This record gives sequence, C-alpha cells and structure tokens, in this order.
Amino acid sequence: MNIAEMEPPVSVISTLPVDERLRLTFLVEEFNSLYAEVLDAGRIADWPDFFTEDGVYRLLARDNAEAGLPLSLMYCNGRGMLKDRAYAIENTEMFGPRYSKHQVTNTRILGLEGNILSARSNYVIFETHVDEPTRILQVGSYHDRFALDGETLLLKERCALYDTVCVPVSVVFPP
Amino acid sequence: MGNMTQFPDRSKVAPDAERLKDYTWPEDPHHVPEWIYTDEYIAELEQQRIFQGRTWNYAGLEVEVPEVGSFIRSYLGSMPIIVVRDEEGVIRAFENRCAHRGAEFCRSYRGKAESFTCPYHQWNYGLDGSLQSVPFRRGVKGKGGMPKDFDMGANSLRRLNVTTRNGAIFVSAHDDMEPFEDYLGPQMLEQFDTAMDGRPLRLLGVHRNILEGNWKLYQENLKDTYHATLLHTYLTTFGLFVASNETFVITDEAGRHSATCNRRPEGRPENDETTAEIGSFHSAMQLEDPSVLNIVKESDSPWTSNALTIWPNMILIRQTNIFSARQIVPMGPDKFMLIWASYGYADDDEAMQEHRLKQNNIFGPGGFIGIDDNEVIKFVSDGALRGSERDGVIPLGKDDEPDDTVITDRALRGMYAWYRKEMGL
Ligand SMILES: [Fe+2]
Repeated sequence: MNIAEMEPPVSVISTLPVDERLRLTFLVEEFNSLYAEVLDAGRIADWPDFFTEDGVYRLLARDNAEAGLPLSLMYCNGRGMLKDRAYAIENTEMFGPRYSKHQVTNTRILGLEGNILSARSNYVIFETHVDEPTRILQVGSYHDRFALDGETLLLKERCALYDTVCVPVSVVFPP
Repeated sequence: MGNMTQFPDRSKVAPDAERLKDYTWPEDPHHVPEWIYTDEYIAELEQQRIFQGRTWNYAGLEVEVPEVGSFIRSYLGSMPIIVVRDEEGVIRAFENRCAHRGAEFCRSYRGKAESFTCPYHQWNYGLDGSLQSVPFRRGVKGKGGMPKDFDMGANSLRRLNVTTRNGAIFVSAHDDMEPFEDYLGPQMLEQFDTAMDGRPLRLLGVHRNILEGNWKLYQENLKDTYHATLLHTYLTTFGLFVASNETFVITDEAGRHSATCNRRPEGRPENDETTAEIGSFHSAMQLEDPSVLNIVKESDSPWTSNALTIWPNMILIRQTNIFSARQIVPMGPDKFMLIWASYGYADDDEAMQEHRLKQNNIFGPGGFIGIDDNEVIKFVSDGALRGSERDGVIPLGKDDEPDDTVITDRALRGMYAWYRKEMGL
C-alpha cells in the first residue's frame, strides 16, 4: 500500500447506496470501538484476533509514508507476528504503567469489492502516566481493508498513519 | 568558499570561572555527579565545548540527499542545520538561520530545492550557502535599500565543515579538524566499516523520537553492556544477546568512542548458566514467526551485532540484518531527540528488504527493546530531577582487564574521563 492509496481524494464519496453505507459505517464504527476498548483495557493478547490469519498491521510515520519510505514503527505481517508483538508487550518489554484512551472518528466507507471493505478513520490516543497529566500520544488515521463476512469484520490490513512524527518516549501498545 | 561565513569558534569561550567552581567532580572514578544530567549551565557549556568544539558530529546519510538540491533538516548539537547536495554533487552544511534576521527558514524534514529563500524578506541563498540576492538592494526610486558597502560575501549562511565516510555525513564547526579516520582510530574504524561497508545504501525510513532525559544517558545506555543482558528480556529470551555469548567491548584510545561486538549462538540459550541469574528469562517461549530473527549472511564479519557509540552524537548499529544510524540531538538538560535512520543496501532484493523491515520491529520507539531503553532513561532522569542529590556509580569491571566481557562499566568510565577534559571539569 502506498501513500496515494492511503490518502484517496477526499471529495469522492463511495457510490454504494446510502443504506448500505450507513450499515457498513456502523459495522466499522462498532469494530473500532471494540478494538479501542480491548487496547485501552490493556488486553493485548486479544489484539491479534482483530485480524485475519494473513492480516497485516503497519504503524507508519506520515513523513516517511509521504517520502515513499517503508519503515514502520511497528510492522506485523500475519497472525504469527501479531502474536509475537502481543507476547513481547505482555512478557518481555519493560515500560512504566499507563492508561490509554483511543478516540476514533470520521469513519468513512471507501468501497466494497467482493467481501473486501475499504474504510478510513481518524484516531487520537490519550495516554496518562503515573503522577503526570494526560497527554496526546498520537494523532493519526487508520487506512483499513476489512474482510466482511455477513456482519462480521476482520482486518486484512490496517495502516495507522501518524501525524505525531516526533514520537514522545515510546509507543508500547499498537495504536 | 573563502569568503563564506564560517561558524564562529565558541569552543574556547572562557566559561565563567567563578561559576565553574560550583561544580566539583567526585574523586572516585567510579562516581558520576548527577548535575551533569540536570544543570542548564552545563548543558550550555556542552554546546560550546563539545558539539561546537573539536568533534565530528553525525548529521545524516548521503542517501538522504541523493541528488543535486536534495536537502534534509538536521542538527549540530541543538542547533538546526541544513544538509544539502550542491550543483557539483558536494555535500554542504549550514546553520538553518537567515543571515538577515536569523529566522530558522527551512521548515521541512526533507525536500529538493534549486536555492533557499527565507520567506521573511526573501533573501536568497545558493545550494553552497552563498547569499545570491537581496530584494530592493538599491531601494525604490533611489531611496532606501542596502548600504552601498553591503558585502554579500560576508552575509552567507554560516557554513560547517563536512566530511563523509561510507555514506554517513559528519559536520564540524572547525575547519582544521583531523580526518574522520584519525578521529575514530583504527579499531573503531574497522567496526564502523562493518556496520556501513561502503556499498550504496538504501534508506528504509527515519524514526523521530523525543526522549525524556539528558542526552548523555543515551551514550551511556549503549556503552553500558551490562544492562543489555538484563533489561532486554527479548534479547535474552530469543538468544540475541546473552551474557555468555562470545563478545568484546572496545574503546578508542581517548575513551570517547566505543564498540560492543557479540556473536549470537545458533538456537536458543536454554542451557545457558547465565540465564539462571536473569529473573525475567522466559525459557518456555518460542516465536510464532521465528523467521523474523533469521540471520541472512551478508558479510564476512564473525559478529552478529556491532553497536558503536561515536562521540558525541552518533550510535551506529548492526544487529543481525538491521542497520541503523542514530543521531542524538540535545534539547536542554533533560530532553533530547533521536533521529534514527534505518537502512539496507541498494542491491537488496525485495525479500531482503522485507526481512529487514520485519526485523526492524526490535528497534525504534516502538521496538521490542527500543521501548525498554527509552522508558528506563526516563526512569533515571526522573530520579535525577526529583530525587535527593547523589552520585551515580559505575563500578563494574576493571579498566585494565581483557575486553571480552560485557559485565563492565569500563566504556562509561572512558567516556566520562574524556568528557571532563573537553568540559574543563
Ligand atoms: Fe539497551
């Protein structure tokens, strides 16, 4: 996926019928709310379950993406790597305790091809450390391709593209 | 170039002698005073005496400025600079400040330009930093304008001395610096050439990261080989760095640079006696996708990792198939930025690039071990900022013992012996 695919012209509304857009937007919003709840509860072991077996997760700095540079802050290609990331967070990484809250907004359906649903949203993550005021960890956008099965969605690909290019200290949990 | 504005020599500016008397370095070479992490005056003096002193400062990779006019924002110490490739293909570096009102005019991470124009009054500079034009130089209708004796040559961008080695760019405020090769010394140079071997590079991307702590804590972190076997459970769990691995730690003669080499054993460290001492070792764990840690043989080096600290601001890492060059940018006494370029080689095929990208999950501000270091540096910094006054202790190992152990603070003591000389402390 390149930056042009991630950032489609904002003026183009999906040609799907409005009822269908409403239904799909609701499904994506509900999915994102659950995704946010799980991560904000620190249930990282459940995070890989939001993805298909071959699911891809990328966390990209906007300046890299715009320059066509592929380096990710986090990159998982397939369930195995997603689980290894979850294991490392839960068991091997050392970090100070923190609370987080995702706010996911501006959800828009881009299109549906076969059972592949494309959508984008914006996200903000607030993070609160012990004895410190709440701060913004990241502001960015999700560029998603979901596998749609009836009313169930799983991520085939989630690119989280962050504007917060100068990362404050560390990003422990995947946005 | 002769008439272009060279950077002023601030390294010899006499510090306030009375003021420096307030700072007493402990006698015991195993002690490091904590005011070096928190004090504003010390941080200021470091800019003059170290970063603008007689040092080669890493400023970026040549692959980041591949064509004529390609530029990046960078830093010399805390000072914003521009690194650019000029019409002749020569890499130049200038302070990112207009010669007129001092605006920091270059606001993009990277780009391509035919010349640089400060937006305030449109003073225009060539890619070599020379002032090319000043609007309304003769005024309007014979009135106003620049003084008749205005010397364009004396109003160029402040120029820095530039050198390169195998694709890495270094800058200095001094024109009469020794060659970079002599600055490193033969042993460090050999290490450098292992991590960046002269083949054309391919930039994978740049992590930008603000850390909460003094910049020296990052130099310490990479010289502190003791912690790598204890803090980084990921390394020990998956056998990347274990205390009993074949290893050595070297410094240059001055003690300012260091390199840690390590050879990863085949397989996992299940039966390693040293893992018994690591409380956090997870012996039951296997990666779901172990291919990520595969070693793709790509050099004759007997080592699987080389971690270099190059005084004062560069960390150069080769770990398995990851290569990264990190630039330390101080931001006052208790904050610094890392500009962290990850690279492969231009002849990498798609599979090799993919392998490097996957492996890069280990490092960076979201990395399996990058997180550990960034977090613990904040812990140390919070201690220094909020706790009672004390010295840090760096007692491990001996200065004259063989260099094949990592359970030592030898490289830290070397750095602080050099630091005191440069700072006059
Ligand atoms: Fe470390």
